[in-house]
Amino acid sequence: MIDDVGLVRRLKALACTAPLHDLDARKGMLDWVEAEPYQMAEIALHTIDQVTIAMDFDTGARHRQVVDRVVPFVAAQAPDRHPDEHLRVARWVLDSLINVGTVDRGFRRVYGEVDAGGAYTRRAFDFKLLVELAAADGEVYLRATDEAINVLVGALDTDVESAQVAAEVKLENLIIRGRLAEARLAAEQARYRTVQFGETLRIRLEATRRDVRAVDWEQDLPELIGSALTHIESRFKAESAILKNITVARDDAEEPHRKRRAADLVDIVGDCIRRHTQLQARLLSAGSVFRAEQDRQLFAGPPQRAAVDLFGQLLLPVLELPVTRAVAPLEEYFRGSAGPATPPVLTLSSLVSLLLRPPVERDDLVGELPQPDLIPAEDADRYSDEQWRLADELLDLPDVARDLSGLLAEAGRLDPGLPRLVALRAMHAYSPELAAAIRRGQPSLLIAVPTGRRLDPALTGGIGGDELVLTTAGLGDQS
Amino acid sequence: MKTVEDATAAATLIGCGLRPKQVPTRDVVYGELVRRYREDPGFAQVVNGVAGGLGLRVLDVSPAGGVVLAAGHDSVFEIKMETYARQAKIRERRDVEKVLHGIVHLAVAALAFPRPADLANDTYVGRVTVEQVDLMVREACRLLDERADLAGTADPDADTPELEQVWRAYARRPEVAATKDGRAAADSTRGMVARALRFLAEQGFLVPVASEPDGLYRTTHRYQIQVRELAADRAFGELLALGVVSIVDGSGRLRTTTDTLEG
Repeated sequence: MIDDVGLVRRLKALACTAPLHDLDARKGMLDWVEAEPYQMAEIALHTIDQVTIAMDFDTGARHRQVVDRVVPFVAAQAPDRHPDEHLRVARWVLDSLINVGTVDRGFRRVYGEVDAGGAYTRRAFDFKLLVELAAADGEVYLRATDEAINVLVGALDTDVESAQVAAEVKLENLIIRGRLAEARLAAEQARYRTVQFGETLRIRLEATRRDVRAVDWEQDLPELIGSALTHIESRFKAESAILKNITVARDDAEEPHRKRRAADLVDIVGDCIRRHTQLQARLLSAGSVFRAEQDRQLFAGPPQRAAVDLFGQLLLPVLELPVTRAVAPLEEYFRGSAGPATPPVLTLSSLVSLLLRPPVERDDLVGELPQPDLIPAEDADRYSDEQWRLADELLDLPDVARDLSGLLAEAGRLDPGLPRLVALRAMHAYSPELAAAIRRGQPSLLIAVPTGRRLDPALTGGIGGDELVLTTAGLGDQS
Repeated sequence: MKTVEDATAAATLIGCGLRPKQVPTRDVVYGELVRRYREDPGFAQVVNGVAGGLGLRVLDVSPAGGVVLAAGHDSVFEIKMETYARQAKIRERRDVEKVLHGIVHLAVAALAFPRPADLANDTYVGRVTVEQVDLMVREACRLLDERADLAGTADPDADTPELEQVWRAYARRPEVAATKDGRAAADSTRGMVARALRFLAEQGFLVPVASEPDGLYRTTHRYQIQVRELAADRAFGELLALGVVSIVDGSGRLRTTTDTLEG
């Protein structure tokens, strides 16, 4: 057997599409909608599409905004249904793509891999399609992950930069040949790739701003910035040329449909150029961030005493430990760093001042609480009052002992449902809680004792098991 | 000469130390007692003795930070991780929850004092926000992920979930998650960080910076002492015992002096 990297890549690519197929598989189980007309996987792709288009370097799409843009597509699939249902379907798909309801809000697929030694191991592949992130203003917004973008674009597991080049070449060809519909798709692909590229850079630059030593400024980052600048330069050239071409195509077009498509394309390519400009501004400021941070950190003066490197000597090693082994060091750290607990109220005077403290005014009310629609619970009683009364009569056995089989036969003659109730109560009477019954002041108690024989299901209406002798024991004398 | 007055004064000083937000510069009695502790070795001994009897250790006494106390194991003043992480949901593995809270606390300190020199420098004031703490840990997770990729162990073994590494658990947890009423969920990583910062502020270790609206905190002297003199060494000791890190300079000291960029 061989160690096949390509196989693993394909397995993972396949796994990324699984949540979409799951949607269609699960739609039959939804009890609030007859989901047959809805193509859930299509809606899901459309949702990821909307999130990706709205993604920016700094902001993403709000939940509400995405749902609003998906609803028309949902409505097109089932125009005769109520708009509320369309909204609910769109929300359900969005929630499923985030995987709301799990702690990690992601997906896990297990795949197998043959390692270098030829042994087969099962590995867990964790991935997410849409993630929720916090904006600077504290709002929660959505972004599509690399996995989602790859699923959407169809270029499964390809190198970011090479895919970018391919998309641009394709775009240019399509425009020259005048195929605007395909050109639009290719332009969008190119834009997704640009977004992806910018995302990688953003994370690196954030790290640089925090700690100079955390990022390799000798080789790693200059290389990255260099290649990013080259990338931007070439894209600028390519896209400016394309823009010129399609602007001409737009202005020359006679047919309104074609004119509009060309106009769309102008917008998309314009947006691409805007994104490149954003990326470039970030790249240019990176150097000055590094210099300022280096000045601050290097010329701070000689250390007064030696101390532990919290990040390198504690945080990183602990992050690498298995969860079970990391508990002890982290608990030890927490105990050391938490400080002493202070009893909330030490003296009467502090209690008084605590009680007299004016309440904190809360203005961030969550709004009106929704009134839940409650359906009255269904009648959960399996046996009717009449059956209970009959069973009571049958099992009232003062001073006599009767076999369970006889009782069951009699019960079967009275009511076909009765033997089961009698059998259940007889079982309950086996080794009853005597002390509790006496404490409750119960006058008598049903007691069952096994005889060692077996019940014949044919005679007892299908009930099998040990034959019991039942009798009612009086408890009055003891109290 | 040890008298009842001395014992009372010592207990008063410790009492001040237990009030996290009280500082000697704003309290004449407290300031006087701090001065006495530093100048009178006999009194210092009594204070240390009284603290010891209560299960506390005096880490530092200074005019700026006052008395910094640490609770010993099984002291009534000790805050345990179990108490802190109690809200953890039952369905989740409790270890994971505890570890994530621990990582968050460690990361707050690591961000507040990014270099050993910052931790050692008494005048250094660190600044932290929820976003920065979370981003730092995630970046560390990304580095470890890259390293794992290079080593050819990209994905964890599915048959032994208990051997999953901490960074995978952290990276998988969402940074925020919107609840039905549009608030951020507490079991997302940013929810955890926000909780840690509020907790540390209540303990007098962090102070919100009023001029900055977006939840910026600065560190206090107490926090630096607590992390430097106690917590970091304890955790480091545990890591040594596990054989995860080793002392490299051969002198048997835990602390390193590497400070320059060449390192």
